[in-house]
Amino acid sequence: MGDRSTRFLWPILGLPAMVWIALFFLIPLYVVFCVAFGAVDPIFRTPIPIWNPLEWQFTQVQVVWDRLFGPNNFYLPAVLRTFLYVAIAVVACLLIAFPVAYFTARYAGKYRGLVLALLVAPFFISYMMRMLAWINLLQPDGLVNSIITLGGVVPLDINWLSGNPYVVVMGLIYGYVPYMLLPLFAALDRISPSLIEAARDLGASGFDLFRRVILPMSLPGIVAGTLLISLPMMGDYFTSDMLSKSPNTAMIGNLINLSIATPGQSGQAGALLILVLLVLLVPMVLYTRSNAKAEVRS
Amino acid sequence: MTVSAAPAEAILEEAGTPRRRRIRGSSDARAYGLGAITAIYLLWALVPVAITVLFSFNAGRSRSTWQGFSLRWYTWDPTGSVLNDESIRNALSHTVLLAVLATIVTVPLGVLFALALDRWRGRLPQGANFLALITFVIPEIALAIGLLFMVTYLATPFGLGTWAQVVGLVTFQLAYPIVICRARLLTIGAHYEEAARDLGASALGAVRRVILPMLFPAILVSSILVFADVLDDFVIVRYLSSDASTETTSMRIYQTARAAPTPALNAMATIILVVSALVIVLGWLAYRRWTRKQGENTDVGSLANTL
Repeated sequence: MGDRSTRFLWPILGLPAMVWIALFFLIPLYVVFCVAFGAVDPIFRTPIPIWNPLEWQFTQVQVVWDRLFGPNNFYLPAVLRTFLYVAIAVVACLLIAFPVAYFTARYAGKYRGLVLALLVAPFFISYMMRMLAWINLLQPDGLVNSIITLGGVVPLDINWLSGNPYVVVMGLIYGYVPYMLLPLFAALDRISPSLIEAARDLGASGFDLFRRVILPMSLPGIVAGTLLISLPMMGDYFTSDMLSKSPNTAMIGNLINLSIATPGQSGQAGALLILVLLVLLVPMVLYTRSNAKAEVRS
Repeated sequence: MTVSAAPAEAILEEAGTPRRRRIRGSSDARAYGLGAITAIYLLWALVPVAITVLFSFNAGRSRSTWQGFSLRWYTWDPTGSVLNDESIRNALSHTVLLAVLATIVTVPLGVLFALALDRWRGRLPQGANFLALITFVIPEIALAIGLLFMVTYLATPFGLGTWAQVVGLVTFQLAYPIVICRARLLTIGAHYEEAARDLGASALGAVRRVILPMLFPAILVSSILVFADVLDDFVIVRYLSSDASTETTSMRIYQTARAAPTPALNAMATIILVVSALVIVLGWLAYRRWTRKQGENTDVGSLANTL
């Protein structure tokens, strides 16, 4: 009696979430394909999704492809810029997060709880509020300019907030560092102090210790953190919108967001999105794998 | 006494090899150096936000020149204050409403799925788990546009607005309770449930009376994370909103931050920050109380490990 009820109990418990994922994740993704490979109403310029994959058309994808790699490739700079910005931001986040996470895991001592709470705090401060903070600081009469000009003495009029790539990359770093910090901290915290002592006793110098013990053991954290921040950054459009609002710093996310806002370009937005997802497919699967592995280990 | 202790220490120091001592010295320097980097980082991360909060109390219209302390932008400004500007009030209440609704739906869905996944082996649940993990790292814009297209081209009768926003948020947040509860279930193990079954509990009874209470800290943590994360959501909420009545605080900041707003915007952002902080502190206290009562040793680090 018990066996029969058990056999069906687990699938019944799991069913709601599985139905949810199918309805609200898989079907929407399929609709994106149907719109991207669909037709466009010749008069109203509204997209006409094609539901049967066998009838899919490639006109929208062709348009996007031409703008990327054709003679008139005005999408390409934004795509290359995205990869450049994301690469710089990821490296910078690693360089910032590693020493901070290492300090918190090994040296914070009695302040550990406090430091950790402060590191987690940006998680719970809205991203938009953190961007607002920088808009306030960087606006023409903001604090940064009044410090640089010594309160208006030096006649410098720097406009930080329109098309300055350094500001946008700084914004990305500022926004995403916390997501790098936590997995790094978790990985570094797992390294047992006795292991470090053993390496020391065997004569490892500070650099040896870092290169041959700490770095390899923190690699899962580095990989997880890198994926955790670079994947959302690839779709980010609001950081550039908030801190620059200029096509000179537009990223792939901005191209997609603009296409969505422009009548008749929904299909192109879908096609761009599919290209992004294709590029990100491997890193996304990599992340789920690293997650599964961590589960097995713990 | 101190006189005799000092030479003893000196002798002990001599006993250690010179190399060891040098390393200990450099290790101290390293701790201070890393500590300095950490302090600078925390200042950089938190001071801009603190300044934003500070200027929400500015008496003037400026967000960069201090003109005296006042609650003007919270309460008494006749048109621009949070209290008197209906659109700001509406954004605040809608943000909290979305957070409550999304948490209520997400957490039970995720917890039940985690329970099922822990025992139900097969390709179907594994595939669903894989998809749930993908929603965790897929760029949010992909989920948002997918649902936007679905509502506009396929499920047209449903329309955009609050419910579309909730559906999108739940899909995006579902991975939190799944990942956190699964990690907890792995540490609980199968023994307690087996013991309960041996004592005559049904499968469902064992889950309800043994596993669920042990899972409570994980459920609590995932509820807090989902709630706080939804308060901050922007991309999904914006694409799936219908009109001004479904505008959230993050959308409002996005739309007006560059257009010469008043400190009322800072005040609104500060209020959401306070709500978020309150939920986290209360949740954290409940979590500590519970885990203490259960005699478990859990520090903040255990939270980080779940991510």
